Amino acid sequence: MTLNEVELNREVKVKCVNCDENIKRRILDLGIIEGTKIKPVLKSPLGDPTAYEVRGTLISLRKEDSKNILTNA
Amino acid sequence: MNQHTGNWPGKTVENSSGVCKYKDKNYLLVDIPGTYSIMSNSEEEEIARDYICFGNPDATVVILDATCLERNLNLVYQIMEITPNIVVCVNLLDEAKKKGIHINLDVLEKELGVPVVGTIARKKKTLNRLMQKVEDVLEGKINTNLKRVKYIPIIEDCIQMLTCEVEKILPQSKQYLLRWICLKLIDGEEKILESIQKNLNISFNNEKLDAKLEEVYELLEKNDIKKEDIKNKMVASIVIRAEGVCIDAVEFSQSKKQNRDRKIDKILTSKIWGIPIMIAFLGIILWITIVGANYPSMLLSDLFGWAKGFLVEGLNAIYAPTWLTSILIDGVYSTVTWIISVMLPPMAIFFPMFTLLEDLGVLPRIAFNLDKCFRKACSSRETSTYHVHGSDNVVNYTFKIISILSLIIILSKSLSM
Repeated sequence: MTLNEVELNREVKVKCVNCDENIKRRILDLGIIEGTKIKPVLKSPLGDPTAYEVRGTLISLRKEDSKNILTNA
Repeated sequence: MNQHTGNWPGKTVENSSGVCKYKDKNYLLVDIPGTYSIMSNSEEEEIARDYICFGNPDATVVILDATCLERNLNLVYQIMEITPNIVVCVNLLDEAKKKGIHINLDVLEKELGVPVVGTIARKKKTLNRLMQKVEDVLEGKINTNLKRVKYIPIIEDCIQMLTCEVEKILPQSKQYLLRWICLKLIDGEEKILESIQKNLNISFNNEKLDAKLEEVYELLEKNDIKKEDIKNKMVASIVIRAEGVCIDAVEFSQSKKQNRDRKIDKILTSKIWGIPIMIAFLGIILWITIVGANYPSMLLSDLFGWAKGFLVEGLNAIYAPTWLTSILIDGVYSTVTWIISVMLPPMAIFFPMFTLLEDLGVLPRIAFNLDKCFRKACSSRETSTYHVHGSDNVVNYTFKIISILSLIIILSKSLSM
């Protein structure tokens, strides 16, 4: 399942990050790598972006980026 | 030190500096752009990297946010590769405590192999501790013993292969960059390599080195590692190392504040209430600004009117010609004072209130709620497509739009006066 499809408050593990190089670098820099636990916790009223809990902090990602992140769910 | 501070990434896109005095010694502090990483090629990362690497600082203070230490440690490990004299400063310890995060600074110091000091920037005493550590490092009282990240075996092998040749090229004083330069040669980032050659006045165009590099690429290919993957593997090693350090050095406990924060987040960004609450907040601020500004405006304009009488009398007393009085009083004085009395009060009310909203964390939530709209508004150019809670580009846009709004209000007010 891709990250944008994971329902709120369900913790999953990242399987693979398939974004463009530049964005991929950013996402890796934020500590989202293979095996990282990630949990969607908040959704914007307009449906996008979604805030994720990663390594004890909140990071919000847009759908166009989260749909390129594969999870083990 | 007085420096303007702003709150979004890339705010400081150039270095600003100031002098600070500690124990009768003057220190020149250079504030370099805040980043999460120095591996990419965005403008602020380049400036930061080049300054640390080639600006010959006596010491580099890396300031980390205690509330998200793990993410920030990546930066420490990257900086360790390009400079030997580091002081790590873990800031916002008070905030972390409120969130139930306890950081064991001694363990952190041991794991990183560099001096670590905890600070609460609002408390001066803690800042003196930081300066004391910096002084100790500069005077050689603390021996730093950097524990750099070990990469996966294959990358370490590649570094070994290049070490010998690169060592010959590097000047004696820059030998600490050896490992980093090998890494950069392996991942082949042209822009960084160019910058290294230019700043250190060396050249990598060397037959022996080229031959070694060929060997390295062959080895990587044999192990099925693509060139674009190398850097990602390096980042992954750093992230995993940071994770390991945090397991030892950081303790989390459930705190009331964090639960409360999350509840507030839920309301501020909820589907039904998120946007109405936001509009209400902005409405209240604008209302207070418009209504509240009337009183000081009137007061100011009365004051200026009262002073005008004296000025006219003064000018008459020195027998100034009528045309001069008219230019000075009706022209210059009236216009300037009118602008001040109309413009100053709303600004003086609006901006502090806005800052308050930002400090309360309302602005990042607004950015989160409205991201979709802002994206549409600026879809014609490439936008940064990631953002982090608490600081964001979109905040910048919100700020600009609201500033424009307030200017319109001020203008319409002044027209109606």
